[in-house]
Amino acid sequence: MSAPPVTLPPAASPVESPRTRSDERSVPGAGWMVVGAKEFGDHLLSARFVVLAVVLGLAAATPLYFATGSIRDIASTVTDARAVFIALFWLAPDVGNQVTLPSVSGFLAYVAPLLGLAFAFDAINGERADGTLPRLLSQPIHRDDVINGKFVAGLAVIGVVLVSVLGAIAAFGLIRLGIVPAASEVLRIVLWVLLTFVYVSLWLAFGMLLSVVIRRAATSALIGFGTWLLLTFFGGLIVSLAGGILAPVAGTAEEQLQNIGIQETLRRFLPDTLYREASLTLLNPQVSTVSTPATLSGYEQAQQRIPSLLSLDQSFILVWPQVVGLVAMTVACFALAYVMFMRQEVRA
Amino acid sequence: MSAGPRERIAPKRRPGRRLAAAADPGAGGIDAPTDSIRIRTRALTKRYDDLVAVDRLDLEVHAGEIFGLLGQNGAGKTTTILMLLGLTEPTAGEARVVGLDPTRGPLEVKRRVGYMPDSVGFYGTMTGRQNLRYTARLNRIERTVAEDTIDEVLDQVGLTSRADDRVDTYSRGMLQRLGIADALVKDPEVLILDEPTTAIDPLGVVEILDLLRRLVDERGIAILLSSHLLNQVQSVCDRIGIFAAGRLIGQGSMAQLAARFGEGAGHLEVGIETTGTDEAERARAVLSEVAGVARVTAGSRAGDPWNVIIDADADPAAMRAVILGVVAEQDLALASIRAVQPSLEDIYRKAVARPGDHAGAVAGHGSASEGGPS
Repeated sequence: MSAPPVTLPPAASPVESPRTRSDERSVPGAGWMVVGAKEFGDHLLSARFVVLAVVLGLAAATPLYFATGSIRDIASTVTDARAVFIALFWLAPDVGNQVTLPSVSGFLAYVAPLLGLAFAFDAINGERADGTLPRLLSQPIHRDDVINGKFVAGLAVIGVVLVSVLGAIAAFGLIRLGIVPAASEVLRIVLWVLLTFVYVSLWLAFGMLLSVVIRRAATSALIGFGTWLLLTFFGGLIVSLAGGILAPVAGTAEEQLQNIGIQETLRRFLPDTLYREASLTLLNPQVSTVSTPATLSGYEQAQQRIPSLLSLDQSFILVWPQVVGLVAMTVACFALAYVMFMRQEVRA
Repeated sequence: MSAGPRERIAPKRRPGRRLAAAADPGAGGIDAPTDSIRIRTRALTKRYDDLVAVDRLDLEVHAGEIFGLLGQNGAGKTTTILMLLGLTEPTAGEARVVGLDPTRGPLEVKRRVGYMPDSVGFYGTMTGRQNLRYTARLNRIERTVAEDTIDEVLDQVGLTSRADDRVDTYSRGMLQRLGIADALVKDPEVLILDEPTTAIDPLGVVEILDLLRRLVDERGIAILLSSHLLNQVQSVCDRIGIFAAGRLIGQGSMAQLAARFGEGAGHLEVGIETTGTDEAERARAVLSEVAGVARVTAGSRAGDPWNVIIDADADPAAMRAVILGVVAEQDLALASIRAVQPSLEDIYRKAVARPGDHAGAVAGHGSASEGGPS
């Protein structure tokens, strides 16, 4: 084109525009709040909310029911009566014939990722498939309002599910056992619920990432659940395999300890392990260490330790790295989803 | 905008700029008063890797006019629209929408511009009314105002009776109507509609086009619509821009486009009763010799009227009189004679087939000269 370069007159600043309708028609509230409120409402009315609340309730209630049965055996071993009620949450009940059910917290470690994935796997690609994304983005909101609003709505609905289900479970235990929990126990349970919330948020952020990257909701659901299955059920096997390769065990105790150490390090890359370690330590004041000693002498020392109850802050310091790890993974997943969403073209 | 919701019908903005708007946009230049210009682009370009989706687009849309973007799928219409809304950043060039730069101030632009995307979608589990309420909330429209506005726009697009049914029970055409209602909820100054009528039945299309015309005439808003449906564009648009392979190869009113891409000034259809080939040849010779006739072509079937293409500077009405006289003089049996307005389809075909104008603009792009849009 041979035409001389022309420039347009400078754009009027939005403030000077003659039609500042925001004065008369504005309602307070940022874009992400509007999006979030709508998404939260959708979640609460959706079938998946009901299904997940029931699944989670059953997953938590079943071990709790059996745990109340075997709590008497535990009560004698627990050194302090202050830790009896909370044992309901970490005790893996023996249901006879040498079958042991996972504890309430163990069951949650299995089921909680589903909760996060279910509310996020179709967050963005669902809007794309419905053709609502261009329309949504053409409204006067920032682009990140969409993903932020959806994430916040997911967090809110997860909070609702966790608090209501675990509250109901605790009430059930209270009635069945007739033991009133001590204040420190209540605090431990509250912290543990928060920890579970962070763990579910990690899977929510991961689901969000999948929904941004993968164009079809069905595919992203499949990949999400596949990852969950792999990490939760086969993660341990893979870690054992890798540990065996990196530090083969020939027979000596040192080699065995080294093998265990490597496996532990590898396993701590799995969010599942971080959650289990942190939740066990937070719930059970008797747990005084999360790592296996690295040397034989350390091992002997640990065995000679007099069992005692840790105070809450001591327990918390013990699992601080696990909690930070989970939060960091959550932030990383969401940040990646956020950046990719901001860079995507509106049209597929 | 101090007006209450019920005042919407009254003309609030300067109406009736159609005649001024129909003027050649190039004439005003960059220093022309911009108060009536709602959309203006200069050398707007979008490149995806080595594909040029939009190539140095210069476009002006005024208040009070309907501008039709015409082009095949993939010609760059939707990309242009997304750039105007700030949903895609241009690679080069500039755009002003309602006086604002959509890249830098997308929020204010999106507050004042109603947009209906191609194959618009809604949340299926919500009713039509609930979907519109969500849009109103996203636009921060106060609740009571929003309810009145929603009632009104639903009535305008003829969806009042189905407004409280879930959207997943709607037909494609109803979704498009709801899409137009959705774009109107924010009471826009500019309406951008991407393929607004593709799935609406023929009677519904007339209603929708009437609605668009009313919006423009009564409220003086500017409408930019993209379509590949030539007759709809022709019937409703004040000015038309023809897009092919990312470039705007012509823009203007129908008359301007006809003058540029049509065959001279016009074209008459002259039917002459003939009894044999000889007489037919004589008729053709007679018509060809009339002063001011450029060319005479036969109709597609035997017995069809002759197509008499007249010189560019000749007046069709005067030519009609001249031909009438000559035919009588030569004792030919005249069956019919009428001046033919060039259809947009003809113009479009010729515009996209014209060599050099856009050739090579986009390598590997679907050839624009393959004929009319499907």
